[in-house]
Amino acid sequence: MAEPIEKVSIVISHGSLEGVYPGLIMANGARMEGIEATVFFTFFGLDAIIDKRMDNLGVATVGNPAMRMPGGIKMPTWLGAIPGMSRFATYMMKKEMEKLDIPPVREFIEMIHDAGGEIYACKATVDMFHLSENDFCSSLDEIITVGEFYEKSAGAKIIFT
Amino acid sequence: MSTIEIAGKTLELDADGNLANLSDWNEDVARELAKGEGIEELTDRHWQVINYMRKVYQENGDAPSIRKLTKESGVDTKELYSLFPKGPAKKSAKIAGLPKPKGCI
Repeated sequence: MAEPIEKVSIVISHGSLEGVYPGLIMANGARMEGIEATVFFTFFGLDAIIDKRMDNLGVATVGNPAMRMPGGIKMPTWLGAIPGMSRFATYMMKKEMEKLDIPPVREFIEMIHDAGGEIYACKATVDMFHLSENDFCSSLDEIITVGEFYEKSAGAKIIFT
Repeated sequence: MSTIEIAGKTLELDADGNLANLSDWNEDVARELAKGEGIEELTDRHWQVINYMRKVYQENGDAPSIRKLTKESGVDTKELYSLFPKGPAKKSAKIAGLPKPKGCI
C-alpha cells in the first residue's frame, strides 16, 4: 500500500471567494484526518487573512467561462460585469455554503488555526503591498520568506491553489 | 467483513473499521474502542463529545461536521484536537460506535 500523507503545505494565491475556499477546505480536511497542515497566503490570497478585508471577499463573475446563473444557464461575461453581479453571486454562494456548514472565512481560518494548522503570509507580497503585521488577523503565525516556507514544508506535499 | 473481539463478544466492523451495528455499542465497548485509538481513559470531556455525536447521529442519520461539533458540543476546537488527536470527528465517531462522518467540513 502507498505511504499515507502525513503533512500538507497549501499555498493560497487568489483573493476571490472561490480562490480561497478550496485551500481552506483542504487544510481543514487535512487536520480532520490527522494530517499536519500549513497554509501559506501569497499575492491576492493575502486578502483572506487581512483583518479589514477577510469578511468581504467576493466571487469573481467576469473571466470565468464556467460561471453559471441560478438554474444552470451560462453567464455571459458582459452580464457578469454589471454592477451588483459579483455581490449577488457572492450572496448566493455564501448562502449555499452555510447550508453545507462551511464557515465564513474568518471563522474557518480560526478553526484551522485552533486545530493546529499554521497560518503564514508571504513576505514578498507583504512588502510589495506595503503591509505590516498589524494588518493581519490574530490567526496569523508569522510573515515568512519563500525560503522559510520551503523549510517549514519539509516532508510535506505542497499544494498550490 | 472484519470483526473485533470485545469482552468475549465478536462485533462486526464496516469497511472503515467502525462498528457495523449501532446496537452493538455500549459504554464498555466505547472504552475498548478508545484504547484501540490510543486513548487510554475516557474523561467526562470525551463523553460529552461522544454523547453529542450519538445524539446528532440519531437525529440526522449522519455525524455532525467539525464546525457543528465545535459550536454545539460545548468543547472548542483546541480541546477537541487535544482530546482526540489525529482527527476529532473521525475518532469520536468511531468510539461512539457510528460510521465515519460523510461531510467534508
